[in-house]
Formats: sequence, structure tokens, C-alpha cells
Amino acid sequence: MLSRTALNLYWTGRYIERAEFNARLLQATIRLDSLSPRPAGLAAWSSALSVATAEYGFKQTGQALSPSSVAHYLTLADENPSSIRCCLRHARTNARAVRTALSREAWETINRAWMSVRDRTSPGGTQAALNLIDQIKAEARGFEGALHRMLRNEASWFLRLGAAVERADNTARLLDVKYHLLLPPDEEVGGVIDRDQWTTILHTVAAVTSYRWLYREGLKPWLIAEMLILRSELPRSLAASMEEVVAMLTALSRRSGKQGEADRLARTRLTKLKQSRIDLLFQSGLHEYLQEFLADIPALDQAVAHQFRFG
Amino acid sequence: MAKPPAFDEIWGKSGGSEARPEFAALAEWINATPPAELNRRQQAAEAAFRQLGITFAVYGEEEAAERIIPFDIIPRIFSAREWSNLSAGLEQRVRSINAFLADIYGDRKILRDGVIPSELILRNPQFLPQMAGAKPPHGVWAHISGIDLVRTGPDEFWVLEDNARTPSGVSYMLEDREAMLRLCPELFEIFDVAPVDSYPDLLHETMRSVAPKPGNAPVCVVLTPGHFNSAFYEHSFLADNIGIELVEAADLEVVDNYVWMRTIDGPVKVDVIYRRIDDAFIDPLVFRPDSLLGVPGLISAYLAGNVALVNAPGTGIADDKAVYSYMPEIVRYYSGEEAKLPNVETYRCREPEALKYTLDNLDKLVVKLVDGSGGYGMLVGPTATRTQIDEFRTRLIAEPHRYIAQPTLALSTVPTLNEQGIAPRHVDFRPFVLTGSDGIRIVPGGLTRVALTEGSLVVNSSQGGGTKDSFVLKDAKAAS
Repeated sequence: MLSRTALNLYWTGRYIERAEFNARLLQATIRLDSLSPRPAGLAAWSSALSVATAEYGFKQTGQALSPSSVAHYLTLADENPSSIRCCLRHARTNARAVRTALSREAWETINRAWMSVRDRTSPGGTQAALNLIDQIKAEARGFEGALHRMLRNEASWFLRLGAAVERADNTARLLDVKYHLLLPPDEEVGGVIDRDQWTTILHTVAAVTSYRWLYREGLKPWLIAEMLILRSELPRSLAASMEEVVAMLTALSRRSGKQGEADRLARTRLTKLKQSRIDLLFQSGLHEYLQEFLADIPALDQAVAHQFRFG
Repeated sequence: MAKPPAFDEIWGKSGGSEARPEFAALAEWINATPPAELNRRQQAAEAAFRQLGITFAVYGEEEAAERIIPFDIIPRIFSAREWSNLSAGLEQRVRSINAFLADIYGDRKILRDGVIPSELILRNPQFLPQMAGAKPPHGVWAHISGIDLVRTGPDEFWVLEDNARTPSGVSYMLEDREAMLRLCPELFEIFDVAPVDSYPDLLHETMRSVAPKPGNAPVCVVLTPGHFNSAFYEHSFLADNIGIELVEAADLEVVDNYVWMRTIDGPVKVDVIYRRIDDAFIDPLVFRPDSLLGVPGLISAYLAGNVALVNAPGTGIADDKAVYSYMPEIVRYYSGEEAKLPNVETYRCREPEALKYTLDNLDKLVVKLVDGSGGYGMLVGPTATRTQIDEFRTRLIAEPHRYIAQPTLALSTVPTLNEQGIAPRHVDFRPFVLTGSDGIRIVPGGLTRVALTEGSLVVNSSQGGGTKDSFVLKDAKAAS
């Protein structure tokens, strides 16, 4: 496979995943805002900007912080490189360049998702924004479905590798912004506001019901942290994402018989996750742990680029 | 002034009352299928083309409109006998084109023998002096030729143009057939149609046959300018159907006069490149230095005999319309036979007598730029306005050597669906001829372009032309 093709597929995977994450983030934020007493809901929106690492960029626009300005910035703003529209544009441009490496269904979902935001000028009111979010989520599901029916070759592995790396990055950022809410068991548990925040985290990674299945008890912040970091049953956890990264890299290296720095980095990170316990993570500092994890992502990115000669 | 009706390929000269005997079955099919039904099928075909993205204009970020070339559901048919005559003529012509290219970039015998004026070749902008002395692998220059033919009667076929650079349109030949098989399967029960779907395989065989060094598995690629190119669909379609990589310039690199492509497993040596990039852009070190589409060093690797370029650089000289006018002499010179496919009578305006004749008859002639294509820079005398003719006259007198003139032909017609029903429309035909080290391959079929506007003779897609499937019937004896 051409290196350029691999590069385009990897980034197609990353951008689709990022678009979907941002859609979920927005959905959870709308929910949190409507639960919050007026006008405290603004905190939900500023937190959403942090999770999307878009605080700085948003400030640059000079707009006042408001639900509609943030919603617009996260969904459609062309000046925000991670807005849903920009993600889908990048995903489509990458996919179009390697169109023949994709199945027709995979291409069509990307194309349709792009069409749904291409000419939008405003996310509209809450209801319209929620509809848009549902549409993006549905297309992302469609893309995943198409991906699983593609030929199991390098093309699908690079797409899934990109998606898994992006997923790990998103979940880690979400946790890092909210880590102060996720207290160890000996700390005093907060009130209703904290509960809403925890639910928001779970909504963002589509894990509200999963939590009930895994723990069968009321929301405990440390269990939420454990689930999102260590439980590989949860597809968006750090553990599951890294497992997928390792599996995709293994599939690729098995074909060529060669392993590289990317394999080593991903395996090391996965091993650390497997050996961790949530109480130990709290002891040594959740924030520090997540910072270290997040620093690994660009390193992994570079290793992948080097190993498969993207440059 | 009433024009005599053009020859219709199904109805002959009967004006729609009686079909030519071998195609009576098609006439019956047309009569038996209501236009509304034909229309429905045609729309289904076009919808499928749109979905597949068989677009012809760029559909970039900003461009909402994707254009497809209109497709006409009524096929055009060649009998086995017609096809066998055509293919013999095509083979003869393409062999001569290859011999001609080898000669003018080699010993230049044809110039020394005075068959063609030297300055017509050597001062021609299509002639690449950098390629003089080049020896393409296995001596093949024009691996893929698209010969544009027109017809004026039952056995009157004429070559209108030779395309020896990078003729496009073969994906329409294949997709049109797919559409017909899906939408009009009954036609294939009525007629024994020769298949065209082997084209990608034949192209692959042709490419492998010209690999510089014999080996088990030469690496072949299609080189595209990128997905912003208007013909990108065709590039990706061919790469996909052949099963080879579609590369852009940035994927290739020349090291020590060999061409390598960057893959996830490291550099892989490339033996044969089907390039869909014009000569001028192919290597910034040799041709246009501002080209970002090209591969620096590619020409050097090619001249060292380490890579085959399909088609070879410099073949554009055989497309030139002034050179075209010498094709009967060229065919005679290299094959020792008379050309089986005649040229359209051509007046070279560089010659004083021809210029005088042209100027006296501008309202009856078609005047073309020698290096023009796509229907641009031409005057169609009978339909031009007084002002257009006068304007052209000035240009012609200023630079006569840039023009040729031809009589307006009564191009044949084929029944074609339109809003009012079915009516004759003018067509042309572009078969694709493949030349490898092991001989010539021609798929029984080609691209039929149809001028959808009543009376129009211009079939170019940029000017309202459409396409039709072209059936070539199998030889009844050979089939049984």
C-alpha cells in the first residue's frame, strides 16, 4: 500500500471519530445546561470548550461565551480546526483522495455526513442542534458498520487505527478536564450538581447504561474513572482504545513481519493500563497520569508516521 | 437550403420507414418499448452514474454541481463485418503511427525522403527535441491510441483525428455497457454482443509487455495529477479495475535513475507508468520547471531505459492536425499499403493554394487549429455568423500555418431519445487501440459520442454531447 494512501486512511479514521466525539460532547453539554440552574449553565459550555481544547481559539474570535456561540464554534466554525464541519471536511478530503481503498458504503456515509453540514450556517435552536447531532452520530455508526464489512486488509486497519488513537485521545481529554469531579472513595461525595456532571461524562462516551451493567450500583465517581480508564469492556475506555491500537498495529506488522517504535509505545502503554488499579492511580495523581497518557498520543502519532513512511 | 438527410445507422436512408435488414431487431425493440419506459431506464442509468461519481467536471469543495455526461439508452450497433474492416484499418494506422514516431525521433528517414516537409515536424511545438534519440522500452511509443472515426454511409468511415497522447473516455465505454446489461438485458438476448469488459486486463497485459526488463511481475502504476483533475474518476476506475496502484507525483521518487514508489513497507521499484499527465508537466527538470504534478528525474530514468512511460513522451506530434493531413502518406510509407481508413480531405492552410481555397469557401468548411482539441478554436462555416467568419478570416491570413480546413461532413446519425421521443442525432466513434511489445489488442467496442442537440455536429462533452453504448456483434460463424 502507498504511504500516502495509509496516511489518508489514518486521518479519515481520526477525523470521523473526532466529529462524532464532538457531537456527543455537544449533546451532553446541552443536557447539562438544561439541568443546571440559570444562569450557571454557562459553566457547562466553558467546560465543553476545554474538553475540545478550543478555549484559546474561541477567545480569539472575541465572541461572548454563550450557549449559541459555543455551539456554533464547536459545530460549524471554519476557524475552529476541530469543529464538526472541519472534521468532516478533512475526513472527506482524505477519503476522496483514496476513494478506491474504501468500500462504497464507507465512502457514502462520509459524503452524506459532509453534505449534512456543508451548507449549514447555524446549528439552529436546541432542537435543531440535537437533530444535527443525531444525524452525525447516525452517519458515524453507519461508517463503523461499513468499516466492519470492508475487506480485512491494510485499508481497514489504518482506518481503525486512526479511529482508536483518536478515541483514546478524546476520552483522556474528557477525563482530564473533569478529573477534579472524580474523587477517590474516601473523599466526600458531592450533591446533585456533581451527579449531573458525572452523568455528563457518561453521556459523552455513551456509557450511562454500560455503567449500570458493569457496576450495578449508584454512580460513584471513582468507579466512573475506573470504567473509563481501565475497563476494556467499555469500547471508549483508554484500555479498550489501546487494545484496539495494539491489535491494528499487530495486524499491520504481521503482514510485513516488521515491528517498530509505534508497536513498542502502544504495547508499553497497554501493559501499564493492564497493571494499574484505580486506587493506585488516585494515589499517584489522576491528573498527572492523564497528562502522561495524553503526551503519549502525539508520540504515537509520530511513530506511526515514521514507521509507515507518511512523511 | 435543404440538406440531404444524413445516413442513419439503423434506418439507412429510409427516413424511418424501414430498418437496415441486419438491425431490424433493434428497430422492433425501439418500437416495442414505450419512450416513457426508455426514459425511466435512462434516468436509472444516470442516477447510478451520479452515485458512483462518474463525474466529468471537478466537484471540489465549493462546487455543488456535479456534472455527468448524459447517457443515451439506445445503443449503436456495428455488424461483425463492419467491425472486422474497422479493426484492420485501425491496426494498420496505429502500427504506422508507432513506426512514424520511432522514425522522427530516430533516423528521420521519412523527412530525408521528403515525404513530409522537415520543418512541419522539427519546428512543431508538439515535437519534443529532448526526446530525439530516445529508445522507449521495446520500441513502443503510442501504447494507447484513441482514433476518432466518423461515418457518412454504409461503408464510408473516415478518420477525423488521431489521439496518441492520453486519450480518455474508456471508462464510459465500460460503464455504458454495465448500464445496458443491467437496464436492457433483453437486447443482449436479441443480439450476440462481443464483450468489452476485458479491457482492463488487456491494458494490464499491454503494460506488462513493455516492462524494461523481463521478469515475473513487473510493477505497473497509473499516475494521476490528483483528485482535482476532471478525469480523476477514470484514473481511479482504471487503477481499480486493473488492480494496480493509483499514484500521484509525490508518491514517486527517482533514485539512481530508477523510479520508486513510497509504500508502507518501504520503496518499491516501478517498471511501467501509465501516466495521465501531459508531457509538459511530467518532469520539472526537463519540461515546465513550475510543474508540481511531475516527478523530478523521471525523464532521465526513462531515457536510461529503466522505466516505461505509457504513452511515451513526444507522441503528441502524431495528434497534430497538420501531421494528420499526411497520414495517408505516412501509412503508405511505413506499411507499403494504401490506408484502409481514409482521412477526411484536408486543406493545409500553410500551402498558398489551399489557403486561397479555404478563404474562398469559409462558409462551407470546418477550420481547425492544428493543435486545438475539445472543439475549441474552430470555425464551423455553415453554422457561423458573418462576423465570426470575418474574424476567422483575419486570423487565418495572419497565421495560416496554424490552421487546416476540412469539408463539412454529413455525419451519420443514430436514433436517440429526447423529450419529444426518438429522433436521429449525429455521432462519432472512438475505439481504443492498445500496442504492446507482443502486438496490438483492440477491444470490440469504443466510445460513441452523440450530439444531443438537433442538427448539431459537435459531440464534445464540454459542448452538450452525450454517450451511447457501442455494440459490436460477434461473427455468426465464429460464434457457432
